[in-house]
Amino acid sequence: MAAELPTLRVCALYPTLMNIYADRGNLLMLERRCEWRGIGFELTGAGIGQALDPDAADLYYMGGGQDRDQMLCATDLYEHKRLALGAAAERGALVLGVCGGYQLLGHSYELGNQTLPGVGLLDANTVRSDGPRLIGNVAIEVDLPGVGTRTLAGFENHGGRTHLGPDAEPLGRVLKGHGNNGRDGREGVRCGNVIGTYLHGPLLPKNAWFADWLITTALELSEPLAQLDDTLEQLAHADACKAAGL
Amino acid sequence: MSSLRAKLAAARAVGSVARVSGRGGGTSLPGKVLLRLDPHALTRLTSRLPNGSAVISATNGKTTTAAMSATVLERAGHRLVHNRAGANMAGGIASTLLAAAHGSKGMRGDLGLFEVDELWVAQITEQVQPRALLLANLFRDQLDRYGELETIAERWSEVVARLSESSRLVLNADDPLIADLGRERANVTYFGVEDHSLAVAQMQHASDSKHCRRCGAPYVYDAIYLGHLGDYHCEVCGQQRPKPSVYAEQITLHGTSRATFMLTTPLGSRAVLLPLPGLYNVYNAVAAAALCFALGATLDQVVNGLQGATAAFGRAEEVTVGDASLKLLLMKNPAGANELLRTLALEAGELDVLAILNDQIADGRDVSWVWDADFELLVSHVRTIVCSGTRAAELAVRLKYAGVEPSRLLVIPDLSQALDRALEGARDGRVFALPTYTALLALREELASRGHVSRYWEAAA
Repeated sequence: MAAELPTLRVCALYPTLMNIYADRGNLLMLERRCEWRGIGFELTGAGIGQALDPDAADLYYMGGGQDRDQMLCATDLYEHKRLALGAAAERGALVLGVCGGYQLLGHSYELGNQTLPGVGLLDANTVRSDGPRLIGNVAIEVDLPGVGTRTLAGFENHGGRTHLGPDAEPLGRVLKGHGNNGRDGREGVRCGNVIGTYLHGPLLPKNAWFADWLITTALELSEPLAQLDDTLEQLAHADACKAAGL
Repeated sequence: MSSLRAKLAAARAVGSVARVSGRGGGTSLPGKVLLRLDPHALTRLTSRLPNGSAVISATNGKTTTAAMSATVLERAGHRLVHNRAGANMAGGIASTLLAAAHGSKGMRGDLGLFEVDELWVAQITEQVQPRALLLANLFRDQLDRYGELETIAERWSEVVARLSESSRLVLNADDPLIADLGRERANVTYFGVEDHSLAVAQMQHASDSKHCRRCGAPYVYDAIYLGHLGDYHCEVCGQQRPKPSVYAEQITLHGTSRATFMLTTPLGSRAVLLPLPGLYNVYNAVAAAALCFALGATLDQVVNGLQGATAAFGRAEEVTVGDASLKLLLMKNPAGANELLRTLALEAGELDVLAILNDQIADGRDVSWVWDADFELLVSHVRTIVCSGTRAAELAVRLKYAGVEPSRLLVIPDLSQALDRALEGARDGRVFALPTYTALLALREELASRGHVSRYWEAAA
């Protein structure tokens, strides 16, 4: 008899403020793909002023927000959640930041005459540019443990340019689109179990395989997940790649 | 070619060429040419209108609100110069004026009525100097094109600061971002909804503007009607929703066909039978009423006009195709889509739906918004959904994860084939079409080529 299936515990950081690019689509993908396999799913949120429990989730998720909301969250994150999030990453929980959430996982985000503090889990700095926002469909090539070389497709829309520190590894190589800063061909950052990316759209509905990788990695499963009928998901992935120009 | 008259003639010629050569309706091209020849054409031409102009903007409902206002104002005896085909940037408005201008000083019409794209309000208002400016709502929309709500709100507050003292500002009391624009002004009419029985239990996921414009604390809502529209106040600084002088109460919604409500105004209260569906159209109707009062309409004219309103292009418009009826419901953004879905869910029986998601610039190239829209509302009401358009599969995935059984979903990117399939599969002879903007144009073109509707520039002429 198979071992009892575990429960994926997800904690969304600032779910009512950092959700501008339909981030709930990412959470819904995780929920349904667990549910269809009989894996439990628990979603909690941690908003402004709320404490973060470093042991209570397998995956911590933070999406993007409007400038004003991102500033509110940056201060709260730095002052009240930085240590707990660091402890969670230290014990092996997955941390995923998308767009504005990605920017706050780095060291800092310079916006003109003010600087938002980041939590420093990723060796990256972001600077708001006077140049145009980097907007458009994007596709990147990633190489992740257990799955090898795969493509992630999505949409990016960011005013900040992110530059990686000397030891940081990007999440992937830009095939089409702008990536971290529109210059160096790199997109996102991955430092072990902490991942940041500008790909929204949302990310997981266009890349069901990556949702499964997150589930597997967060739960530290040794067996592959049960296969699902992904006909529609594969078509959507192909369309997203095509929209990016692949 | 120095005179305005000669420039008008040159610009008109371009429109004819565009139509003959099949380049769409040519609705904004002549105006663009005119503005190139004469950058002050909007000011010069609107100054020919003896009763001035009114400008309408919003994320959602601009076209319908303008159409309702037009019905009222025409019954009030005005001859309108109105961009009713919905070309709502400077070029489209210039085209509308161009079509109405004659001779060196003439204009066929006495009052301008212009719906204006959110990003063009500053420029158009500056040039047109409207007698009345209606700003109805701001929702999350096409972030790749419009940017953040806050940015638009800030631009609009600059427009209001520069607006002539004598211009009347007409604002939605229920949208905190909009209502706050009237903070420093005297000459403001507020409109809204006063019916707590229609409140939804919780704020929709995609809601924005949840924090006080003045102090940043979260608003407390006594009733939420639609997105972030509702009856709100701030417990920290005491800011409150302004009391509207024109509002709807005792509202009843009748599926996708109509709504009834009591319209209360400074001129008295009257029951209104609105032949358009949904709470969003009740909002459009009270907005149109408040604007028309500001322009001098009587209560009789307003009520009769609203009761005679017809669907604007693609907004709950019904098309007969053989034995079937096809209802066109334009979906553009989460807040608008949610109201359509909420209204569809009021329909009896199982629904056959044709949903079309395109990702052209006018649709928003970023399709993430479909994940913010509450398609969950449809789950228990659908028999089949044919998904079409350039991102048909993404829409099908959204519906699958909303809880629609995959066996009820069909992915047919080609619009003509998708339309055929939806009509064949419609068991009780009705299909509800949910197209994005360019999909609506394509669908109407397909219906026109089959002889079911006229082309939009013909309908608008």
